[in-house]
Amino acid sequence: MQQIIYFIIKNSYKLLFLLLLGIGLTLTIKSHSYHRSEYINSANAVTGGFYQKINDANEYLSLKERNSELAEENARLKQLLFNQADTLLNWNDFDNFNADYIARKAKVIKNSFNVRENYLTINRGTKDSIFTDMGVINDKGIVGMIEKTSKNYATILSVLNTKSRINAKIKNSEHFGSLIWDGKNAGYVQLIDVPRLASLKKGDSIVTGAESEIFPENIPIGKIDKVFIDPKTNYYTINVRLFNDMTALGYVYVIKNKKKDEKKSLETETTKK
Amino acid sequence: MGYLNPFPYVLYIILFPVNGNKPTLLVTSFLLGLLLDMFTNSGGVHATASLLLAYIRPSLFKFSFGLSYEYQTVKIADKITPERISFLILSIFIHHLVLFLLEFFRLSLIVSVIGRTLLAAIFTFFMCLLIIYLIKPNKR
Repeated sequence: MQQIIYFIIKNSYKLLFLLLLGIGLTLTIKSHSYHRSEYINSANAVTGGFYQKINDANEYLSLKERNSELAEENARLKQLLFNQADTLLNWNDFDNFNADYIARKAKVIKNSFNVRENYLTINRGTKDSIFTDMGVINDKGIVGMIEKTSKNYATILSVLNTKSRINAKIKNSEHFGSLIWDGKNAGYVQLIDVPRLASLKKGDSIVTGAESEIFPENIPIGKIDKVFIDPKTNYYTINVRLFNDMTALGYVYVIKNKKKDEKKSLETETTKK
Repeated sequence: MGYLNPFPYVLYIILFPVNGNKPTLLVTSFLLGLLLDMFTNSGGVHATASLLLAYIRPSLFKFSFGLSYEYQTVKIADKITPERISFLILSIFIHHLVLFLLEFFRLSLIVSVIGRTLLAAIFTFFMCLLIIYLIKPNKR
């Protein structure tokens, strides 16, 4: 027993190093698997609050741009409103309205686009009934999906994340593929596994596909920039220029698919037998 | 900043007193890295890299300043000499290599790991030189 204690005292420096190294590596490995670590992320109260403070200050400096963005969107919404005069929809009970999708406004308080696995933080959490795997868009296009939530904050798995895979298709056709990011340029994402039968040309729009449970169909993503043929699989790989400027995100909308669970349980029941 | 990010916080580990308490350095550099991880959402990448640098710091001292470094009063911030430059470059490079290896976490991406390490290390190195000059106490 004395020997053991003596050993521990003698090697305490090395043991301390190994202990800390173990903690560090565990956190690193955890962050690379799908479910991320519980405490070391910016959705917790301390860092989330800090980013909120920084963002409040930054927000004040970009009031003009945000104002014009909102005005633009207002104009578009007004146009929509004027064009459908015969609706019975009451704006106040929008949640009760029998819609498939519900949108909630949120604000990006921490943006990231310069590493291979980018996560954003928004200032809405479970308190505002925001949960994992909801889609996030803004008025220009898709942004990502909710990864983790706390009471007041949530983190978003950005489309600029090598782990992100989103079902997408070419507008006005039913040929779809998977939207991924190669981790190189924040302005471009890649659409892979598009069949060779698809007819496409530079400048065509890419939108979200119908297969996605997270996003409604036909949310804009970007424009085709370059088309490659993957020599191994004979599928198209398409370089897509994003409509969204992911380096400057302000307000976003979190989309909830009300019938997602129903669809999912039906599908699992079908494949079980 | 965009693609390239300098990490001048390694200066804390580099400038820690040579004869200072080693366990304190280990724990504080780990916590410093963890703080960075919390804000950048990167798991334990910074914490592990800074911990490793803090642990191998005595060997780097030995490499750059010779065996008897402990008996001299080595102060990195004192004057820029070849020994100090080599120590600075070596520590920054090792820290960044570990950092990017853990961040990319795939051996097939080793080329981009090394590329990013080199670029970011150069950036950090100049940033560190600048900071050292700025905080250097005035002798007069």
